[in-house]
Amino acid sequence: MNLRTPLSRVRHLGSAKDGTHHWWAQRMTALALIPLSIWFIASVLSMIGESHQNFALWAGGPFTASLLILLILATFYHAWLGLQVVIEDYVHATGVKFALLLLVKAACILLATIGVISVLVLLFQ
Amino acid sequence: MVALTLPTNSRIKDGKAWSAASDSSKNVKRFKVYRWNPDDGGNPKMDTYEVDLDSCGPMVLDALIKIKNEIDPTLTFRRSCREGVCGSCAMNIDGTNTLACTMNLDEVEGDVKVYPLPHMPVVKDLIPDLNHAYAQLESIEPWLKTSTPAPERERLQTPEDREKLDGLWECILCFCCTTSCPSYWWNGDRYLGPAILLQAYRWIADTRDEYTGERLDQLEDPFRLYRCHTIMNCTRTCPKHLNPAKAIAEIKKLMVERKS
Repeated sequence: MNLRTPLSRVRHLGSAKDGTHHWWAQRMTALALIPLSIWFIASVLSMIGESHQNFALWAGGPFTASLLILLILATFYHAWLGLQVVIEDYVHATGVKFALLLLVKAACILLATIGVISVLVLLFQ
Repeated sequence: MVALTLPTNSRIKDGKAWSAASDSSKNVKRFKVYRWNPDDGGNPKMDTYEVDLDSCGPMVLDALIKIKNEIDPTLTFRRSCREGVCGSCAMNIDGTNTLACTMNLDEVEGDVKVYPLPHMPVVKDLIPDLNHAYAQLESIEPWLKTSTPAPERERLQTPEDREKLDGLWECILCFCCTTSCPSYWWNGDRYLGPAILLQAYRWIADTRDEYTGERLDQLEDPFRLYRCHTIMNCTRTCPKHLNPAKAIAEIKKLMVERKS
């Protein structure tokens, strides 16, 4: 039985005074990903048939490496923000929600780190 | 998880068929209407009513009133103004949330399917329980708030500033938009929904109000405001042709504006 008034239930814990940064970051990373993705896909397509050595040479250049790192960071930051919203939307059991949010955040950080380190390895080879 | 299927006691079964049309009537339309009575403990049912349109008014509400008057007096629905200004007869007709009193029968091809507003608790038949939505309206304090002492005459506003309220003040709070929003279906306990956010913006946009910042503070929340994912069902379904999605976008713009 719940004897709280409807207004008390609606006010609940009050406003988190948060969310704007999340919303803005999601849009900014989306914007950044448009040119970065087009550049990456076009570059990879233009290198079809090239040897592994040539590809490593291309990825290890300072300009390419910088753009690749930006692409990796924007991708996984954007993925984390988006998946967080999906989980909050659909998963309502507190424990499961908390575990999934942690899992997604950890996976995104891990994958982004692996990506950035890989580019750095090629850069300093 | 969110409820993606109906619970067992909400599954809809076939109901009774009623015919009002006599053998001589030529212009017969069938209405399939959601029925649920809290007192009989059963599942909801779809009753079928045949109505002679030659002796019926032009709107869906006219047909519902005719059914209640002449066929089945137990059919229960809210209605009041019968001209689209009170918002009482909001329901789901032919798959769209709208007002029964402004929905012309000509607009419906085939049988007219009538359900209560989606994903709200049902009180009886076509009557949804709107207590939670009304409490959400109360929570945004939909009245003019000032600290400056009241002037002797009206609070002045330029015609340009008054124009900023156009498209907002016309909302009749029928909750067609709110109950069409999947995000409100899944998180309506915390997300305020399009109708309430449009009302909130109506007071944020009012140049006579002195509490704009506090109003934005109250809305800045991952659930209250940011559960809006610009699905746009609200704007598509609004029977008054308003644009709640735009009002929400304006609030989000102000949130960014005050940070930069």
